Amino acid sequence: MKPTIKAAGFDGFLVTFGEGLDEAANRAALAFRNAVEAAGLAGVQESATSLVSTYLRFDPLQIAHDEIRVALETLLGEQDWHAAPLPQGRRLWRIPAAFGDDAGPQLAEAAEAAGMGAAAAVKMICATRLRVQTIGFAPGMPYLGVLPEAWDIPRLTDITAAVPAGGLCLAIRQMVLFPNTTPTGWRHVGQTAVRLFQPEADAPFLLRSGDEIAFHPVGADALAALEHDPGGGAICEALA
Amino acid sequence: MRGAGVNRVLTVTRAGPGVTVQDLGRPGYLAYGLSRGGAADRLALVEGAALLGQDPDLAVLELAGAGGVFEASEDMRIACTGAPMRGSLDGRPLAWNASHLLPAGVALTIGPAEAGVYGYLSVGGGIDTPPHLGSRSTHLVAGLGAPVEVGTQLPVGRDAGGPVGLQVAADSRFDGGTIRVVASLQTHLFDTAEIARFEAAVFHRGLRGNRMGVRMEPDGEGFGLSQGLTILSEAIVPGDIQITGDGAPYVLLAECGTTGGYPRLGSVIPNDLPRVAQAPPGAELRFRFIGLEEAVKIARAAAAEQASLHAKCTPLLRDPREMRDLLEYGLISGFTDGRAVES
Repeated sequence: MKPTIKAAGFDGFLVTFGEGLDEAANRAALAFRNAVEAAGLAGVQESATSLVSTYLRFDPLQIAHDEIRVALETLLGEQDWHAAPLPQGRRLWRIPAAFGDDAGPQLAEAAEAAGMGAAAAVKMICATRLRVQTIGFAPGMPYLGVLPEAWDIPRLTDITAAVPAGGLCLAIRQMVLFPNTTPTGWRHVGQTAVRLFQPEADAPFLLRSGDEIAFHPVGADALAALEHDPGGGAICEALA
Repeated sequence: MRGAGVNRVLTVTRAGPGVTVQDLGRPGYLAYGLSRGGAADRLALVEGAALLGQDPDLAVLELAGAGGVFEASEDMRIACTGAPMRGSLDGRPLAWNASHLLPAGVALTIGPAEAGVYGYLSVGGGIDTPPHLGSRSTHLVAGLGAPVEVGTQLPVGRDAGGPVGLQVAADSRFDGGTIRVVASLQTHLFDTAEIARFEAAVFHRGLRGNRMGVRMEPDGEGFGLSQGLTILSEAIVPGDIQITGDGAPYVLLAECGTTGGYPRLGSVIPNDLPRVAQAPPGAELRFRFIGLEEAVKIARAAAAEQASLHAKCTPLLRDPREMRDLLEYGLISGFTDGRAVES
């Protein structure tokens, strides 16, 4: 899809690289946001990425909408953003997760919807290198993708009242990890001990967009033992 | 020298449930899922700063609905803005939209709002709690900070000093009214007739509302897209009008999330967002679309108005029947009470 530029509210623009969840569009959004930050456009106050878009907020009293639009068009024309490499400084997080039973009460039904047994489901999830496609909705909350096609299962219309912090849920080939206890329509398949957002810490956010995640299965007892580790047993390594 | 900052303290001796420290918010963390937050009514901070002749970036107390009782460790200048609240200072009625001297040890009582939702108490030198991630504002949804509790001793910054006994013109933003809206990401997906119906409709501010956003109850049927459409979760911003499942619009405020998947019919211009935040439950509101160019003109005019607000402050006129002693109010010496706080 050709990127589009749209005004988002009074003082923002959204540059969109795809219509649906799309790996190349996600990469384009990450790379383009870095380019927007690097360009240091006058009047731009902050930027972020969503799944397939780059958002920027600016001061329309300092720089006109048209000027920002032209600057964005120029930046867009500089390269094929869908072919852009992933940003530098990304990290791989190996995160222990307990699956099924109390740790993931909806694992069995999710696996059934994906056409496999629970053990095969855990194996497939843990074999998939997931990427933080965006962080949003709640502070520090990652959207992870992309799971194999079998996992293109819808969100539930019946909302689960409370998935605990660290809960690992999935739908539509994506996974989310909740920073806090959250009601959700995503199926709760596992549990981690990572603390994604620690409000009082100097560095309160664990993950960044573009980081990669690999889960590995542990028993509920092993997970409970990690409760007091703010990293939740996650091991971090730099990605080249 | 007095007031080096360390010993200036505002003690909260009583507090309603929604008293929080606020400033203009915490930009820069959108990419981590943290919205800017900050005061629900940013104009009230500008007004308070104009009254005290100080920077609107300084932190204040936001009083949601109910107020509290406060006591200063030393003489302080204060300003009360935003939703008008019943109050008294040293047993005398407290004029709103005005600056006052709060003498050390005297009870400042601020009662419930008489109109609007969020009242603000600004202090000369600003509330000086330690900033976190570049801001002092409490972000309730994110769990950054918490409502101020009874007994809290809030540090107050050094006050450059200046007059008190000034007032700013009272505003009408506390009882709903017409809200101006620009197009948002999904506006074009709504039928023209649906947009026209939205502009013609009368809404009442719903009972559900907080610093994240407020629900608007339509007088007729709800709103929606003609065909069910799944919208990919996308960036959302304060002011956005989300159409929720049952068709009622929900206007996002300072503590909204950073992404959302509900279709957005439009986005309230920042200059009218205080009017949305300050509309009490039941207040009547209407929405009207304007172009981006007009919105920029409005913002420019408002910025100029806000920049001149300090110069436009006038002496506080008091009802002579309430005056104990004209001289005590400093009417002879002009508009200050002659006891401006030095530091």
